[in-house]
Amino acid sequence: MNTLSFDVAHMLAGGMLLVSFMMIYQTRLYALLNVFALHAMVLALSVAWQASIQHAPHLYVTAGIALFFKAILIPGALHKIVQRMGIHRQVEQVVGTGATMLAGMGLVALSSVLMLNLTATASAFAREDMAFALSVVLLGLLMMISRRNAVSQVVGFMSLENGLILAAAGAQGMPLVVEISVAFSVLVAFIVIGVFLFRIRERFDSVDLSVMDDYRGEKR
Amino acid sequence: MIFNLLVQGLQMMLVVAIAPLLVGVIHKMRARLLRKQGAPLLQPYRDLLRLMKKEVVLAHNASWLFRAVPYMVFAATWVAAALIPTFATGLQFSWSADLIAIVALLGSARFFMALAGMDVGTSFGGIGSSREMMIAALAEPAMMLTVFSLALLAGSTQLSTVTHYLAGSNVGLRVSLGMALVALVIVALAENARIPVDNPSTHLELTMVHEAMVLEYSGRHLAMIELASALKLVLYLSLIVSLFIPFGVAGPGDTIAAHLLAVVYYLIKMLGGALALATFEVSIAKMRVFRIPDLLGAALMLSLLGTLLLFVSRSL
Amino acid sequence: MSAVDLVLTGALLLMALGLSSILFAARPMGSTIVYASAGVLSALVALVGLATLVAGAGAGMNVGASTLWLPIGLPWIGAHFRVDALAAFFVIVVGFGSSIISFYSIGYGRHEHEPWRVLPFYPSFIGAMLLVVIADDAFSFLLSWEVMSLLSWALVLTHHRESAVRSSGLVYLIMAAFGTMSLILAFGLLAGPLGAYDFQSMRASGQTPLVGSVVVILMLLGAGSKAGIVPLHIWLPLAHPAAPSHVSAMMSGIMTKVAIYGFIRVTFDLLGGTSWWMSEIVLAVGAVTAVMGVLYALMQHDLKRLLAYHTVENIGIIFIGLGLAMAFRHYDMNAAAALAMVAALFHIFNHSVFKNLLFLGAGAVQTATGSRDMEKMGGLIHRMPVTSLLFLVASVAISALPPFNGFVSEWLTFQAILLSPDLPDWGLKILTPGVGGMLALAAALAAACFVKVYGVVFLGRARSEVAKTAREVDRWSLATMSVLALVCLLAGVFPGVIIDTLSPVSHALVQATMPVQSADPWMTITPVASGRSSYNGVLVLLFVTMSGFFAAWVIHRFASRSLRRAPAWDCGFELDDPSTQYGAASFAQPIRRTFGTKIFSARESVTMPPPGSTAPAKFSVSLRDPVWDGFFARVSGAVTWLADKANRLQFLTIRQYLSVVFAALVLLLLVLTLWK
Repeated sequence: MNTLSFDVAHMLAGGMLLVSFMMIYQTRLYALLNVFALHAMVLALSVAWQASIQHAPHLYVTAGIALFFKAILIPGALHKIVQRMGIHRQVEQVVGTGATMLAGMGLVALSSVLMLNLTATASAFAREDMAFALSVVLLGLLMMISRRNAVSQVVGFMSLENGLILAAAGAQGMPLVVEISVAFSVLVAFIVIGVFLFRIRERFDSVDLSVMDDYRGEKR
Repeated sequence: MIFNLLVQGLQMMLVVAIAPLLVGVIHKMRARLLRKQGAPLLQPYRDLLRLMKKEVVLAHNASWLFRAVPYMVFAATWVAAALIPTFATGLQFSWSADLIAIVALLGSARFFMALAGMDVGTSFGGIGSSREMMIAALAEPAMMLTVFSLALLAGSTQLSTVTHYLAGSNVGLRVSLGMALVALVIVALAENARIPVDNPSTHLELTMVHEAMVLEYSGRHLAMIELASALKLVLYLSLIVSLFIPFGVAGPGDTIAAHLLAVVYYLIKMLGGALALATFEVSIAKMRVFRIPDLLGAALMLSLLGTLLLFVSRSL
Repeated sequence: MSAVDLVLTGALLLMALGLSSILFAARPMGSTIVYASAGVLSALVALVGLATLVAGAGAGMNVGASTLWLPIGLPWIGAHFRVDALAAFFVIVVGFGSSIISFYSIGYGRHEHEPWRVLPFYPSFIGAMLLVVIADDAFSFLLSWEVMSLLSWALVLTHHRESAVRSSGLVYLIMAAFGTMSLILAFGLLAGPLGAYDFQSMRASGQTPLVGSVVVILMLLGAGSKAGIVPLHIWLPLAHPAAPSHVSAMMSGIMTKVAIYGFIRVTFDLLGGTSWWMSEIVLAVGAVTAVMGVLYALMQHDLKRLLAYHTVENIGIIFIGLGLAMAFRHYDMNAAAALAMVAALFHIFNHSVFKNLLFLGAGAVQTATGSRDMEKMGGLIHRMPVTSLLFLVASVAISALPPFNGFVSEWLTFQAILLSPDLPDWGLKILTPGVGGMLALAAALAAACFVKVYGVVFLGRARSEVAKTAREVDRWSLATMSVLALVCLLAGVFPGVIIDTLSPVSHALVQATMPVQSADPWMTITPVASGRSSYNGVLVLLFVTMSGFFAAWVIHRFASRSLRRAPAWDCGFELDDPSTQYGAASFAQPIRRTFGTKIFSARESVTMPPPGSTAPAKFSVSLRDPVWDGFFARVSGAVTWLADKANRLQFLTIRQYLSVVFAALVLLLLVLTLWK
């Protein structure tokens, strides 16, 4: 593999990690959605680049799905939802930005060491790609547990999915079927959660999940 | 040797000479973006000259430190700026201080500046100093970690060597470099008291950081401080362009013509940097003071992440 | 006479001086005689150490260790003493620091109301520290260590009529006992089942990595508690400020270094090898200690307690260097290990110089104003011009800013950190950049803290009557402080000389040296290779001075030199009440909000008077010490609970006591039966 293709792939995968950190840093919902769109866009670029260097045309489809659904459709829809519910001004972190980012650093360190140790025999490129992908997945999980608002939890969940797709695209020879199913599962999850949002909202007048804890009698 | 000495001298003069112009360009550009006419480009030079000729009005209980600090701050900033390879890497004295030492020199300048803010014993001076040191406490480690990233890539903390290495073709696109760039930009905004960290043109003392600290200065002292601030802006902008846009920098063995061409390139790059800064400043609002730690903390984390990835990927 | 004879004689003479001073301590000239002779004796001892090191550097890095055996102490061991490169370096640190402090005390000691509470202990304390450094068997080491602890405890209790001093003394005593216990266990493990208590046989008998790691942990607890690593530092900010200032300087600047000596001696000299994860522990402890120490310091407004917390910070920086040296040595990267080791040793020397200067300056301020509370000071730069200049030098040096010495040693530590990606271990790869970031954070916070100290104490307007009427201190104090300030500057400008002098020590400990520095005609220091990194203190100082004077000259010559004094501008407000200035607490507010909310649970509360009332509004800050509340308060609670339970044992009948004894006997016999 020549150095340029490695460099660009490294750059794009690392860029996803960077954007994941940007998502953790954001406190406003609109900004969060914009950054998420960026995340998906970088993913699409990264997958497309993989397609071109692996000569795997089916990956272009995956890139297209990522671009269309995750970078345009879903953020747009979520924008609308946020607007209709009038929650765009909510600032809703459980833990402070600094502490969350520090935890994120720890997760990145953990996944780098883990992946680089586990995949000692694979090619340098695959190793790094897996390390980045695992970091993105873990950061998505971190986002889900460090936010209170259901919308940002949806975003966290989808960025986690993005990490999975990054890993799938990097691991050579993953069949298209799986990717489509991943994409659809995200779509389904989005719809389900979107419906849930309205149900929660109707019942509790808020999408703040801590209100639900109160309802269940779990006072924090 | 002689040639290198000349290059060093030219560099030293150049940074001082263009510092007020850079400020003028930024002011003009900001005014234009806000649909205003704006002051002439050379206005900062006139301001400096006028200030230098005016008499100094000194508070009754100002000590000798207060009078010495403007010159100390200017000297430390000037020496630091003289060591940045703006247009040529073949500087005669580049080995006398590496990037860590340059950061520390700027730290010395800030230390004395903050002391001067405390000297007269006014509340505004104190508020400026304490906030400046809080910002510095986060910006300096971020800067240091950025230096680490670059030093790990280039295998040296020597700025000339780093620039030379980055100008070479075998660097490749490293995501750590991207992180270092973002961190360095945030640090540069914070250190130079630019929006969103501080507003250099405000007239409400409670929202100022840097300007509150130098509130008691007047006349030639103020001129020195203004010049030092402009010089610091040149320094950071040159650092960013010389590290991340290292094209057209003359090497140690190049001809005079190549050096002159490099000066032109450098000026163009600085102009681009100034325009980018002005555009950024008019399109963003100033932050609350206690949101700044979040921003700088993010810079710190990014630079740490960049360093970490380099530590890890070196063994691949 | 060999070096060890001379140092031992010096130490014994100092102890004899302490004993004999009981006779004439109450006389008017008593303190002058004691301090002057202690100063001369320690200076001579330091010269012996210096001569040993310089001779070693000349003779191919090999310091001929001089040894001595005396038939005293335990009969089958005797007392071994030895001056090798490491001991010689610490003899210099102890001797030089003590001699300067002693000469300072000639002036400062006159203000002591009860000199007989200080004088007998003071020279003996120096002697005990020297004995620790030259001891060459576990018994004399521990004995001197314990004598050193007790003497410093007695010195802490000089002003024993204040209840705060008594309670600090108690905390110190408990922590010292805990430390010595850990040391005894460590040496017990090193000596092995045969009881080889002299260091020579400990060196010869290689330990397994597991035993080695346990020993390092015990040393970290024992020597670390004396040096003040977090979380064992709690006694330090209580005990160091409680003593008179010259003793505070001694404890903070020198005794902590003797503790580090113990750690280095065991870890690098006596132990063959340790597990790889030991260096990670030392590095992590060092980084946490550095950052926590400076954060604690920022929250203080008692000048001497703040300085004591800065000692904690600097101990952390030294331990970072030592941890790096351990890591490099473990993976046989000897050149890098030498760099890290020299950085740590250099910082040990630097810290002993500027911390002494700071404490002596604090002593001068305390003499002049009679207070340690920074909120009562201000504007001392006008009343105490010389002291304030010297204190400024030390503040810049401890903030790791060029061109002073603190910067050079931290720069070397950074260079060592930059060599660490070559380490094969993953944990270290991840840890070291973080440690580098923490070190940079600690340095930046230290600068903030010293802007606060200097700005509040020396600059601004006087906040109290005493600060307004303060007078400059005596010439002895000023002269000795000037010497220290000069050393700060020289060590920062000519660091190559010191690095070369330290080479024999690093050669003895890690079997490698840094490149020879003094060969460079421009006095540039290049720790690894010239293309990699270099720093030239002379040129930096020269350039900054020249450009500063040049700018001043041009402006005064061609523009304007007129000057008018007027009331301060302050945006049109008239200055009257000095309490409108920023004080220590208000200066720290931004940093307290940034870091303290999480770490110290800092809470600010404002009580406003009801509308219409003219009563002042009240502002207060509450801080909680995480180490004290989280750990020590619980431990002491558990001890109290146990003691309460055990209390019942006092009220048993004779029959019950007998049955307790009987049960214990049967139990022991049972254990003996079941042992195999």
